[in-house]
Amino acid sequence: MNKKLQHQTAPEVRMETKKLSVIYNKTVYGVRDVDLPIYTNQVTALIGPSGCGKTTFLRSLNRMHELLPHALVTGQALLDGQDIYASKIDPVVIRRKVGMVFQKPTPFPSKSIYDNVAAGMKLVGIKKKSILDGVVEKALRDAALWDEVKDRLKSPGGSLSGGQQQRLSIARALAVEPEVLLMDEPTSSLDPNSTTRVEELIRELRQQVSIVIVTHNMQQAVRVSDYTAFFFVGEMVEHSPTKDLFEQPKEERTVEYLSGAFS
Amino acid sequence: MKADSELSKKTALHSTIPAIYRSPGDKVFKLIIFTLSSAIVLLAAAMAIILYIEGRPAFRAFGHASFLSNTVWDPVAGIHGALPFIMGTLITSFGALLLAILPALGVAVFTTEFAPKGLAQIINYMVDLLAAIPSVIIGLWGIFNFAPFMREKVYSPLYFWATEHAPGLLPVLGAPSNYNLTTATIILALMIIPYTVALSRDAIAMVPQEQREACWALGATRWEVMSVAVLPYAKPGIIAGVLLSLARALGETMAVAMLIGNSNRVPFTLFGPAATMPSVIINEFREAVEHLHYSSIMAVGFYLFVLTMGINLVASAIQRKLMLKKGIS
Repeated sequence: MNKKLQHQTAPEVRMETKKLSVIYNKTVYGVRDVDLPIYTNQVTALIGPSGCGKTTFLRSLNRMHELLPHALVTGQALLDGQDIYASKIDPVVIRRKVGMVFQKPTPFPSKSIYDNVAAGMKLVGIKKKSILDGVVEKALRDAALWDEVKDRLKSPGGSLSGGQQQRLSIARALAVEPEVLLMDEPTSSLDPNSTTRVEELIRELRQQVSIVIVTHNMQQAVRVSDYTAFFFVGEMVEHSPTKDLFEQPKEERTVEYLSGAFS
Repeated sequence: MKADSELSKKTALHSTIPAIYRSPGDKVFKLIIFTLSSAIVLLAAAMAIILYIEGRPAFRAFGHASFLSNTVWDPVAGIHGALPFIMGTLITSFGALLLAILPALGVAVFTTEFAPKGLAQIINYMVDLLAAIPSVIIGLWGIFNFAPFMREKVYSPLYFWATEHAPGLLPVLGAPSNYNLTTATIILALMIIPYTVALSRDAIAMVPQEQREACWALGATRWEVMSVAVLPYAKPGIIAGVLLSLARALGETMAVAMLIGNSNRVPFTLFGPAATMPSVIINEFREAVEHLHYSSIMAVGFYLFVLTMGINLVASAIQRKLMLKKGIS
């Protein structure tokens, strides 16, 4: 790890994990003792071969594991210096601050485009149309979808194309103004054009939100991220600015992975 | 030249296929399943046609419109109007559906989303068991336990209360009898709950996990995940399930015939006896010596068939329409 370089250039830390492990069925480690900073207004990419624990780690950052009965999280995940796993913290509040976009687009298919974006705001009790209108438009603009849907906000979310649905999912996550946005292979089910659009979007969004993106595509990590963490068999092997990690990897396993020795 | 070579390629390919791949198995299999499945369609059609043909003398004597709208059913006088039974069937079925729908949805939501796995399995097993109890046994229990209990503890006190405080209600309530409309409706609700539970459980289980997670990730509570993501997604399936349960309730015969008191005197009252289309068929088919009586019973059967068929068609139409609207094909 290039500690020195990081300290010189590293921006403010938004989230940080300390010895974070996710254990399935009390015996199998999904990830083990991960220390990783997530910097404010930067894109952090998590790369690594399938099954290396990158998605597992991502889901631990907004306590999504609690939805599965067999997963246990140990260690700490600090958001603005506060452990999100502390006993008095409500996971519902954490998930409002740490939003998530999934592999497959997940709009609520029977709800209108408008209601999809407004869903998160309605959950916190904001129902005033004048406020919602503004929030919906801003979120759709931020997700680069506004121009395509502004004339049909009432049509169902399920009527959009796959790429549009994914941008709608992003807009929905942005509408509640999260501090961190987790993206789990957000382009894996999209065609190349839509992928390009979402990648451009990610570059623009980092100005307002800190992003963590899981990707199986190394080129995508190079294109969109500022920092990259390489995971291998449940361990975080290396974390550096993206350029450094791809041009001068420090760890043997990173070198092998980048050279295509395994995937 | 080109066509030539392609032709020779084709024939070459054909001649190299081993004999086993050229066996008629596929064709025979296709023929068998085609015959079997069309036989079922034909059987259903034949039943409807026969019911219609056998009911034709009644239709000829009374006309469809007056057969359906006449409130008098008097085999001795040779007058047959089906309206009392149609009303009885609709009241008991829709009443049962209203009673069943909330508890059934509650059980379905609890077992799929909230209950620990073991408990959910036990509950589901018990609910399925409820569906397996023969209708006649539920009817027996109703006759000897439920109906007397309800009359003593519920209907009679209510009726006496109404005589003193709300005489306006009396024509609706009617004098409490052991076997009546309300008892039959409650028992019917009990009998369709397993179907409503099973069908809405399936609809809820079909909701992709990602839909739930997307809602969780917006900071939703458990209840909000249900109301925002799960139930709207499952709605077409639940509605279809409810309508299929309704079709079942319309046709349910034994327990209802045992408990409804079998009176075709309209207007029906809540605590008084009534009759349904299936109950009149089962009660009178043995005594139908008059040709017109027999034919009228067949005619009731025909319209019961049409009614349940219609509900089933509506169920699948609604399901298809709502599915398309969601963009799921």
